[in-house]
Amino acid sequence: MSKVNALLQGTLNWVDERFPLTSNWKAHLAEYYAPKNFNFWYFFGSLAMLVLVIQIVTGILLTMHFKPDASLNASGVPVAFASVEYIMRDVPWGWLIRYMHSTGASAFFLVVYLHMFRGMLYGSYRKPRELIWIFGMIIFLCLMAEAFFGYLLPWGQMSFWGAQVIVNLFSAIPLIGPDLSLWLRGDYVVGDATLNRFFAFHVIAVPMVLLGLVAAHIIALHEVGSNNPDGVEIKKKKDAKGIPLDGIPFHPYYSVKDIVGVVVFLMVFSVIVFFMPEFGGYFLEYNNFFPADPLVTPPHIAPVWYFTPYYSILRAVTYPLFGIDAKFWGVVAMGASTLIIALLPWLDRSPVKSIRYRGPLYKGFLTAFIISFFILGYLGMLGPTPMRTIVAQICSVIYFAFFLLMPIYSSLDKCQPEPDRVTSK
Amino acid sequence: MSCDDKVDCGRRRLLVATAAAGGVAGVAVAVPFVSSMLPSERAKAAGAPVEVDISKLAPGQMMTVEWRGKPVWIISRTKEQLDTLAKVADKLADPKSEKNMQPEYAKNETRSIKPEILVAVGICTHLGCSPTEKFKTGAESGIDADWAGGFFCPCHGSTFDLAGRVYKSKPAPDNLEIPPHMYLGDAKLVIGEDKKA
Amino acid sequence: MKNFLAAILCAPVLAFASGATLHLDRAPDKANDMAALQNGAKIFVNYCLNCHSASYMRYNRLKDIGLSDTQVKDNLLFTAEKVGEPMKIAMQRADAKVWFGAAPPDLTVIARARASEFGSGADWLYTYLRTFYRDESRPTGWNNVAFENVGMPHVLWELQGDQVMGADHKLTLVKPGKLKPQEFDAVVGDLVAYLKYMGEPVAEFRKQLGVIVLIFLAVFFVFAYALKREYWKDIH
Repeated sequence: MSKVNALLQGTLNWVDERFPLTSNWKAHLAEYYAPKNFNFWYFFGSLAMLVLVIQIVTGILLTMHFKPDASLNASGVPVAFASVEYIMRDVPWGWLIRYMHSTGASAFFLVVYLHMFRGMLYGSYRKPRELIWIFGMIIFLCLMAEAFFGYLLPWGQMSFWGAQVIVNLFSAIPLIGPDLSLWLRGDYVVGDATLNRFFAFHVIAVPMVLLGLVAAHIIALHEVGSNNPDGVEIKKKKDAKGIPLDGIPFHPYYSVKDIVGVVVFLMVFSVIVFFMPEFGGYFLEYNNFFPADPLVTPPHIAPVWYFTPYYSILRAVTYPLFGIDAKFWGVVAMGASTLIIALLPWLDRSPVKSIRYRGPLYKGFLTAFIISFFILGYLGMLGPTPMRTIVAQICSVIYFAFFLLMPIYSSLDKCQPEPDRVTSK
Repeated sequence: MSCDDKVDCGRRRLLVATAAAGGVAGVAVAVPFVSSMLPSERAKAAGAPVEVDISKLAPGQMMTVEWRGKPVWIISRTKEQLDTLAKVADKLADPKSEKNMQPEYAKNETRSIKPEILVAVGICTHLGCSPTEKFKTGAESGIDADWAGGFFCPCHGSTFDLAGRVYKSKPAPDNLEIPPHMYLGDAKLVIGEDKKA
Repeated sequence: MKNFLAAILCAPVLAFASGATLHLDRAPDKANDMAALQNGAKIFVNYCLNCHSASYMRYNRLKDIGLSDTQVKDNLLFTAEKVGEPMKIAMQRADAKVWFGAAPPDLTVIARARASEFGSGADWLYTYLRTFYRDESRPTGWNNVAFENVGMPHVLWELQGDQVMGADHKLTLVKPGKLKPQEFDAVVGDLVAYLKYMGEPVAEFRKQLGVIVLIFLAVFFVFAYALKREYWKDIH
C-alpha cells in the first residue's frame, strides 16, 4: 500500500514540477473558499457547465452522422432533414443522442436564465464582479447565436423560416442592411450555402468562443470570490490564517452538494428526454417535422420559447421614428433588450446588493420586470393581434423601464442595513 | 481497506456508494454513446447478403458482384484450369489453405463448394487493392512464361492462382478471402450468409 | 402603476381569445396493440405506399410490431427487394408533380408533423382520413374537412363509401362502402396507429428505458443526498 502511495506521490511531484496541477486543484477547488450560505439558486452555475458538456459530447456524436446538405435526395427529401431521421432510426442510440441534444438546448437556456436571475436577486453583478457579469452576458449572446445557428440544421419548415426571418432582420439596418443579409445567407434565399455556413458556426466557431468565455467567466469569479445570498463580502472577515470566516472549501462541500443538484437536474432532464422529447411542441416544434419548403410558409411561425420575449419586443415596435421605418427600430429595440442587461453593474446605485436588504421600490420593479418578461415570452409564441400588440408594448416599456429607471429608484429605495457576516436563512 | 479511528466509516461507505452510482451512470451513458459509432441500420442493410444468379456464367468466365462494398468474384473454372491447381502447388505460400482465410466448407483443394465455381473476395491481402484477372497462360499473360493463369495485383505485384492462393515470395501474406456463401438452387448463390447458423 | 399591473395580469386572458379552431376526433390509442399495428402496416403498404414513400422507414424495422423478416418478405415487400431497404416508391417525383399537381409528401414522420394545438398528429390523421366528402368543384371530385381543398382523392373510398356535406356542415353517408362505419373507423384507427408508430418507432422502448433511468437516478439521489448531509453536518 505504501509503495503504491509513494509511486503516486512521485508521479504527482513529477507532474507538479512541470505543470501547476496541485496548485490549480487547490486554487480552484480544495482551497477555493466559497460562502457557506449558498442556497437553491446557486446550483445553476454548475448545472450550466453540465449542460455545456452534454451539448458538446452529444454534438460531436451527432456531427458524425449529420449532413449539412439542402439538396433533395431520391425521395425528394432534403439530405439534411433525412440525415436527422437517419440519426433517429438507423444510428444505434441515435435517437437518445439527438433528444439529449435538442432537450439540452432548451435546458441550457432554462438553466442560464435562472443563473442570471440569481445574479439579479443577489446583486452578483455589482463591484467587484462587473467583468464576471460582462463575460456572462457575452456567453449568453454566444448561446443565442449557437441556438440560432443550430436550429437551422434539421432543415425543417421552422428551421428554414426562422432563419429567413432572423437573417432578414439585418436588412433593416440602413444602407448596408440588404447587402449584409445577402452576405450572411450567401444566397438570395436561405439555401444550401446558408446551411453549410451555419453548420460551421454551430459546430466550430461559436463553441470555441464559448469555451474561452466560460474559462474567463470562472477565472474572473475565482479571482474576486463568489457573492452570496446576503450580498456581503466574506473576504472582509478572515481568521488568523487568512481564510474567510464564512468561507468553506468548494471541494468537498460544494462538490458533494452540486452532485445532488446534478442528480435532480438529470431526473427532470430524463423525464423530458424519455417521456416528452417534443415537450408539447416547445422543445421540438411540430412544423419542423415537415422538410423545409421555400415556397410555403407554415401558417403559424414563432421562434423557440427562449427567444420569444425579445421577438415580442421586436414586434411591439410599430411606429416609424426620425424618418426611419418601424422595422429598423424593432430590430434596435430587440438588440437593446438583450444588450441592456450587460449594463446592470452601472445602472444599480443601491447601497446593498442582495434583495434581502433592498426596499419595496426595487422589489416592485423586479416583480413587474419578471412578469412582463413572462408575458412577452408568452405573446411571442402567438400570432399578433391589435390587443396583443398593445399588451406587448406595455410590457416592453416595463422591460426597459426596469433598466433605465434603475439609477433613480435603486438610490431612492429604503434599504435595510446589511449584516456584517452571512446569515443562515 | 479497514476502518480505524482515523477514518470515518459512515462517510467512507457513502463515498463508495455514491462513487459507484456515479460510475454506473457513467458507463450507462458511455455504452450508447460508444455504440452510436457502430455500423448503422443503413450500413447493415447495405452489407446484407447478396443473391446472385449464376446460370449465365459460362465456364472460363468470371463475374463480379458487390457485397459490403467489396468486389466478390465468381469464377467458373474449366476442367483445364482446375487441373493447373495441383501443378502450381509447390510455388504457393499456403497451398493447403492452412490459414483461416475461408469457411470450413471451402477448405479443400479447389477452395470452393462446387469444384468449378470459385467465390472469393477480390481484395489483395497485402494492402487492399483489387487484383486484375490474368486468365491467359504463358508469356501472353505478361507475367512470365510458365504462368498458369490467375490474378495479379497491380499495386505491389502479388500473384494468386485460380483458387485465389497466393504465390510464394510475394508481398501479400495470405490467400484471398473466401466469403461465407451457399447455394439456394443450382444457379442461385447467396453471398454473405451460410447455413452454419 | 396599478393599472399597469392590472393590464399585465389580464393580458394572457385577453391575448388568447382569438383564432380559428379545428375540431379533431380523438384517435384510439393502439400503440401496444400488435394486431392493430400489423393491420395498419398492411393497409399502409396497400393503399398509401403507391404514391407516398416512407423513405426513412426500413421494412425490417417492422420487427418492432411483431413482424419477422420472412413475414415482411412474403406479405409486405412490394416496393423493394431486400427487407433492409426503406419504404420507397417507384413513382418519379417529376411524374407525380404532373399527375397530382404536387408530389405526394413522404409519410414517415407525418404523424409527428401534423400535431398542433388542436390535437395530436394521430388525431389529425384520424379525422382527416374519415372526413373526405364529395365535392364536384374539386378536380378530384373530393374535398376534406380537416384539410381544405386537399389534392389527394379519397383513397379509402371503396371501404367508406361516399359522404356529402350538408348545409349544416355535417357529413352524411349517402352511398355505403364495403365496410360499416364502425368497421371503417377501426380500420382507419389501425392505419393511424401504424403511422404514429412509424413516426417514431423507438417511442415505446424510449418510455420503458425512461422508467429504468428514473429509478436508477432516484437511488443515486438517495446516496448523493446522504453524502451531502454527511459532509455538511460539520458546517454550522
